[in-house]
Amino acid sequence: MTQNIVEIDNLSFGYKGRMLHQGINMVFPRGKVVAIMGGSGSGKTTLLRLIGGQIRPNKGEVRVDDQVVHKQSREGLYQLRRKMGMLFQHGALFTDLSVYENVAFPMREHTQLPESMIHDLVLMKLHAVGLRGAHQLMPTELSGGMARRVALARAIALDPDIVMYDEPFAGLDPISMGVICDLIRTLNDALGTTSIIVSHDVKETFLIADYVYFVANGTVAAEGTPADLSKSSLPFVHQFVHGEKDGPVPFHYAAGDYKQDLLGFEA
Amino acid sequence: MIKRSRLRPFRTLGHRTTDRIWRLGAGARLFWLTLISSGESFRRFHLTIREVYFTGVMSLIIIVVSAFFVGMVLALQGYNTLQKYGSSEAIGVLVALALVRELGPVVTALLFAGRAGTAITAEIGLMKATEQLSAMEMMAVSPIARVIAPRFWAGVIAMPVLAALFSMVGILGGYLVAVPLIGVDSGAFWSQMQANVDWHDDIVNGVIKSVVFGVACTMIALFEGYDAPPTAEGVSRATTRTVVISSLAVLGLDFVLTSFMITL
Repeated sequence: MTQNIVEIDNLSFGYKGRMLHQGINMVFPRGKVVAIMGGSGSGKTTLLRLIGGQIRPNKGEVRVDDQVVHKQSREGLYQLRRKMGMLFQHGALFTDLSVYENVAFPMREHTQLPESMIHDLVLMKLHAVGLRGAHQLMPTELSGGMARRVALARAIALDPDIVMYDEPFAGLDPISMGVICDLIRTLNDALGTTSIIVSHDVKETFLIADYVYFVANGTVAAEGTPADLSKSSLPFVHQFVHGEKDGPVPFHYAAGDYKQDLLGFEA
Repeated sequence: MIKRSRLRPFRTLGHRTTDRIWRLGAGARLFWLTLISSGESFRRFHLTIREVYFTGVMSLIIIVVSAFFVGMVLALQGYNTLQKYGSSEAIGVLVALALVRELGPVVTALLFAGRAGTAITAEIGLMKATEQLSAMEMMAVSPIARVIAPRFWAGVIAMPVLAALFSMVGILGGYLVAVPLIGVDSGAFWSQMQANVDWHDDIVNGVIKSVVFGVACTMIALFEGYDAPPTAEGVSRATTRTVVISSLAVLGLDFVLTSFMITL
């Protein structure tokens, strides 16, 4: 068993003639919380999709538990995915199922457990995210933060080795954000999983991550512990961490001459 | 040198043609994947039954009400013509044959496309837009086996049952207009129908038609939902396409099937 549960090796990915990633290398050690950060559109979520085998790289490879993801057959890929849990940005709860049934879903699909055991396991998972009392509610009755907590309970339903979080803090109020933040760290340590967080929320991510990768212009622009990156003098990291408007990531989208655009208009 | 703008219509035509061919291929691929992933739908038959309820039972009201009016109008129109030739007793045969052979399967399929087809497309499209299908994939659960196949078989099961109900209720509507209202003899109405409606040529062929329409309408609705761009506009367009393509497919297939059935 290797030390790293996920390894991304010289990965390049793009579509429609545009390269999103070029020669990316990352490692995700077992039991750690590793964050992938970067601006909007930098391909952070795409990296999660590549790890999950939902898309194939143009070059390089992603290895999960020593197995190359994109070389797996459909059956092999499904076996690999059973080691993964994923929290989608908006929860992606099944809207026709109750909270209880959403968490029970992976158990019903992949195990032959008796109903009484599924009942206990579902309530334990919901208790872990503080929503045991909401097990009868439908997803439409939940707030954004609650929906994400239910999705987290569903993601850890089968005790996966890896849990991937896609923008877990986006659009949450400060209380919900704090709750999710604490849950990610606590569950990671309690279950011994490896957590991969994709986010652009610096404060929360730095609070719980053991290691951080910054992605920009298709490559890893910087990496290190949150403490190292907070002190980094690299222009991109400095701009991102301190939320500066202009810098290596320009405020203006690439455009032609301003004067020409204004004066050269012909109806 | 030909100006680029003059070539634009040809380029647009080319893009549209390749897009149609691509979609046809993608639809055929989804159909094939649905068929080979159908084991789950029968092993866990409650998934299919649940969808039969949503597609079939929930369509009952529109089917029954439409059938009743179609049957009544058929009787009124039919009587109007038949009495000119002194054969108004044949009204029962006319109503039954029109319903069992053509109107039952065709109108049911058109109503099914409008009621259940659009619901299926919107549901699958929204599941895609809200990443529910991706979540399922990431949980190592095939959305085709778990979501698409049960809905497909539910449509295939529901359509002939709805078409049979349509024909029955239509005949009842025709009877109510012809017998109590117009005064055609009740015995003549039923006996002529019994004597002239053939089990194989009329009823079985009608059932075959409705099964084929069930496959076509449900598959079109499922494909449009599965292929819909994950946006509000994308789902809206897909829903519209479901009705348009299903209606045209039903009318086209009806002609082809009727041609074969009459020839054979």
